[in-house]
Amino acid sequence: MTRYEALLSNIEPQEMILNMGPQHPSTHGVLRLELITDGEIVKEVIPHIGYLHRCFEKHAENLTFQQTIPFTDRMDYLASMNNSHAWAMGVERMLGIDKEIPRRVEYIRVLVCELNRIASHLIAVGTYGIDIGAFTPFLWCFRDREHIMGMLEWASGARMLYNYIWVGGLFYDLPVGFEERCREFVDYFKPKMVELNQLLTDNQIFISRTANVGVLPADVAINYGCSGPMLRGSGIKWDLRRADEYSAYPELEFDIPVGKGLMGTVGDCWDRYKVRIDEIEQSVFVIEQCLERLQKELKRTPDFDPRGKLPRKIVPKAQDFYVRAENPKGELGFYFVCDGRTEIPKRVKARGPSFNNLSVISEISRGVLIADLVAIIGSIDIVLGEVDR
Amino acid sequence: MNFNDVKVLIEERFGPDAILGTEETGLQPALLVQPDRIAGICTELRDNPATYFDFLACLTGVDHGADERAFSVVYHLSSIPYNTQLVLKVKKQVNETSGEMPFFDTVSPVWKTAEWHEREAFDLLGIYFTGHPDLRRILLPDDWEGHPLRKDYETAEYYNGIKIDF
Repeated sequence: MTRYEALLSNIEPQEMILNMGPQHPSTHGVLRLELITDGEIVKEVIPHIGYLHRCFEKHAENLTFQQTIPFTDRMDYLASMNNSHAWAMGVERMLGIDKEIPRRVEYIRVLVCELNRIASHLIAVGTYGIDIGAFTPFLWCFRDREHIMGMLEWASGARMLYNYIWVGGLFYDLPVGFEERCREFVDYFKPKMVELNQLLTDNQIFISRTANVGVLPADVAINYGCSGPMLRGSGIKWDLRRADEYSAYPELEFDIPVGKGLMGTVGDCWDRYKVRIDEIEQSVFVIEQCLERLQKELKRTPDFDPRGKLPRKIVPKAQDFYVRAENPKGELGFYFVCDGRTEIPKRVKARGPSFNNLSVISEISRGVLIADLVAIIGSIDIVLGEVDR
Repeated sequence: MNFNDVKVLIEERFGPDAILGTEETGLQPALLVQPDRIAGICTELRDNPATYFDFLACLTGVDHGADERAFSVVYHLSSIPYNTQLVLKVKKQVNETSGEMPFFDTVSPVWKTAEWHEREAFDLLGIYFTGHPDLRRILLPDDWEGHPLRKDYETAEYYNGIKIDF
């Protein structure tokens, strides 16, 4: 008998099984949670996933590395740039061309990834507010995110699913005037964050709803494979941008914000929220440094070709390789198995951060109220496109 | 602690036959571990203060195809305090005539991460994990037939009498 069957067969007479989702708006997509409730108290949470399964791994076994990039965009569709960056980086390392990528290309990659990180965190923060009952921050976050969407659309031609970062280079160079418009955005955006903090971060109602709720101790977080803001919210200073020093990150300065338990306990929902807010600020700082270099020493030249290093045929040597990168949600990993003869990988596994972050939910929501469960789901910041792949 | 130190450590603790070999061709060297010992070795690697692999980054099931008729499971461990990574592999031949599932010991008591990853490997590849507390399908519906990531999988045409168009 599996644990699931045992839970259902040992149900007490006063307990009720309640299905939350897959169409419940606060489950952020098509997540179904089976709750065993005693009145308002949640006794057990059993997540059921797979409603958005689109066979990413099966597709990747039938397509070449370059052709799979649009599919990676559709995993965490709020941070498509970061997904394709990880994919491209993994293939480049297998080919051994990762050191030959021009500096300008690396800086553009970091720039668009950090813009996308801000956009992803803005959604996380805005929808978190609406889960708790604050409507205005949601509208403000979407208004500011729209500027980022507009800029990335200008660069790549698509609003959300970009297919911009390619193995060995980029789809196109940044359009003329992008850096200036990006600077304008940064100047516009900084005061907006102050407003958002005044409205939501220090809001007493918001703090009462999130502080001391869904406390995730650091050892549990590591044991369940949580990463990204989930792990940092529990007080562990672990960021792959610093741990692995990939792409242009070693040359850039930024801090790694961690949860300190300012409003309650270390690792509660407010800490995870606050880590995202702090990360937005750090990303703005990184963007400024990138712009500085892209406008000075790595300036656009007429003969610069972002597709110059694009390999004509991608056939890595027979090997298997695991690449990991820091996504807005956490550690995104791709595991490739190549046989060295074809352009098509033998096996690809995607390790989505949301998938692992979500698995901890039944551990941290035993005995909470149903309303607090909504706060916990929001603080995990899942994207079902990546949980189900 | 580098790759060879870990190898020596495991051989000292579990005997020389616990490690069947190494793969050092690619960028990431891997240890081929004897399948029956995997749970014990993982516990040791997690708890030993010299290695401290507290984070299971990824667990992958691999079908080696019709030629080999073998399945393997690949474990990607990382250590947050030391910032090191390690790859472990277990591999088993499958007797095709008996039609049985390939089975490995679960590592879910060591890292809870493995619980969902092993369910995924069971769901998509039909790898069975003995001792797993909750081995059900995770991504596909409970009544799905077959395991789609197997190399000999034939695409289903019907699901519960409904034609699948694609």
